[in-house]
Amino acid sequence: MSSLEEPQNGDRPLLEVRAVKKYFPIRSGLLQREVARVHAVDDLTITVSPGETLGLVGESGCGKSTLGRCIVRLLEPTDGDILFEGRSIAKLNAAKLRPLRRQMQMIFQDPYASLNPRKRVGTIISDPMKIHGIGDKAERKRRVQELLETVGLSPEHYNRFPHEFSGGQRQRIGVARSLALRPKLIVADEPVSALDVSIQAQMVNLLDELQKDFGLTYVFIAHDLGVIRHVSDRIAVMYLGKLVELSPAEELYTRPIMPYTEALLSAVPIPDPDLAEQRERIVLEGDVPSPIDPPSGCRFHPRCRYATGICSEVEPPLVDYGNNHLAACHHPLNVDAATLARVQASEKYTPEEADASALPKDPGKEEAHPVPTAADGNGRDPRRNP
Amino acid sequence: MAERLLEVDGLKVQFATEDGVVRAVDGVDFTLDRGKVLGIVGESGSGKSVTAMTLLGLTRDKNTIFEGEVRYKGQSLLDLPESKLQEIRGNELAMIFQDPMTSMNPVYRVGDQIVEAITTHEDISSRDAKRRAVELLKQVGIPNPERRVDDYPHQFSGGMRQRAMIAMALANNPDVLIADEPTTALDVTIQAQIIELIDRLKDDFNSAVILITHDLGVVAEVADEIIVMYAGRVVEHGGKRPVFYDPQHPYAWGLLGSIPRLDRPRPEKLASIKGAPPSLINPPRGCKFRPRCPHAFEKCHEEPPLANRVEDPGHLDRCWLSVEQKRELREATIRGEVVA
Repeated sequence: MSSLEEPQNGDRPLLEVRAVKKYFPIRSGLLQREVARVHAVDDLTITVSPGETLGLVGESGCGKSTLGRCIVRLLEPTDGDILFEGRSIAKLNAAKLRPLRRQMQMIFQDPYASLNPRKRVGTIISDPMKIHGIGDKAERKRRVQELLETVGLSPEHYNRFPHEFSGGQRQRIGVARSLALRPKLIVADEPVSALDVSIQAQMVNLLDELQKDFGLTYVFIAHDLGVIRHVSDRIAVMYLGKLVELSPAEELYTRPIMPYTEALLSAVPIPDPDLAEQRERIVLEGDVPSPIDPPSGCRFHPRCRYATGICSEVEPPLVDYGNNHLAACHHPLNVDAATLARVQASEKYTPEEADASALPKDPGKEEAHPVPTAADGNGRDPRRNP
Repeated sequence: MAERLLEVDGLKVQFATEDGVVRAVDGVDFTLDRGKVLGIVGESGSGKSVTAMTLLGLTRDKNTIFEGEVRYKGQSLLDLPESKLQEIRGNELAMIFQDPMTSMNPVYRVGDQIVEAITTHEDISSRDAKRRAVELLKQVGIPNPERRVDDYPHQFSGGMRQRAMIAMALANNPDVLIADEPTTALDVTIQAQIIELIDRLKDDFNSAVILITHDLGVVAEVADEIIVMYAGRVVEHGGKRPVFYDPQHPYAWGLLGSIPRLDRPRPEKLASIKGAPPSLINPPRGCKFRPRCPHAFEKCHEEPPLANRVEDPGHLDRCWLSVEQKRELREATIRGEVVA
């Protein structure tokens, strides 16, 4: 099992994902026997505190949407546990889940496919309240009109059909629906990627305001690293079903530890011709391998420019580099000697002869992004401490 | 001076629909020389894709009305008979479409589709054509091209399909390559590969490229010249650096401000453009951007012409504000401090 960090302040996390696995069986033949499995999410542990925004990034097929769907229990995890406010929800049946659905809502990617074209906007937004028996008809209507105003639409839109709205407006309807039950947690799966740039910015700002006004907690899934940085407090990077890096938002961009994160960041086009020309771009070779038969050891090793022998043999554990910055890599980047020594000394660090020879030798880079001083990371050898 | 390949003059494209006439493209002018990359930037409905498809005669229909001129090496394309156009399309002007999942035929092998593109325009044996297809797949970076040439599109990943599309577009060594949002459906890592590929192939094949995108980051990497379109019109046109470092039109400022930048500190709030793009059936009177513009004033009820207003003679814009006013208002608008 990978590392499970507990919040220091003693607050109970809103959501705990514990060693969750989600495999999809591939069946074939007359008897529909299981011949293989898609390892969509593979042993992933993460916690989300109340009021925070956790960004989830990765390429298509990395399992970020599957994880989002497991969290709101649209999917049942194959293994592991999910705790919502301390209560296990991973194995609950539909009837027991229903009251919990009020607390967790989802915003979907495609504003065209996620609204029923034959229902009026009023019905779409009030249905969740009706299902949960909230208010009478008049109260619900008033509430829907309030919600429409909250998300920047007009209360008169109550009687219209989805096709009368643009993509951005539809996405606002989807947001209003997710807010109808006053949830605590919203899982937003690529909520802006189907929208035009100028509308994207409106949507991101709206979600920001709603979080402040209603004290929402977000799990924000996106592939756009610019949007993720803007909305997130912490960011989790996924690769082929694994959590490979977890970091406070800003630190991930200034000091990526995992080479995959470094490559992802360097691939983002910068809208500035001079900077675009100057910077070094790491172009990853090839595609993401198949999650049916993921590579051995570190799953990123076939595409990694730092990979050595150990990477294909031993799976790197997720270790804490201080300041709540976790990464799973045998050749961490942007880490100073003291932190590295501490990490290698920790019991979680399995490979005996960490091939330090392969570590990127770039002292300038280390100085450019000094590691924030962690409790035991200030140069002393932690192994000497009792 | 490089050879002039394309000249577009006052191009207008209108579609007659049940709801009225859609003015999809309303006055676009540009020229394209060999070896150059022209970036056309705009949101959905700005007319950028219709412009590109019109160059290839893909918008021809009894309900379409064209005005203006499109000349390829001096030859007018708009009134060229379909049979003549077919000789040029795919041969001298080729297109890469946005969606690699739907732009290949799922029931034919990838190789056969490339072979078809070659044999349509060239008298060549199918064995030679197939050899060339393998060579092309190799050039666009498909591993094991000898084997993959016999695969069906569903056996390719999204990035590989887009590479195969590029191979198909390059099959006849076209002079002009039109890429319509070639990377939008792809992951950033694959997007980086494709942009690099287009940039390299442009030199290898000595062609010109029209790159259509909504992503200013993509044009910042490869374009030489940029056109910003809004509601069917060109609102700004100039070299890449002037457009990025001295943008003149408030819509261009809005676009620049809406992108969350990785190279800058995180702002409290993203600058956004209020409202939504206008209807192309009943566009607003005067400047089309007026209803969304934070700096609109009396004069904007009259449409400004696309004209040169700055020192750089190649830099045109369509805005009534004076150059001094623009330079004063610009930074705050891009930072999102000016809200209409």
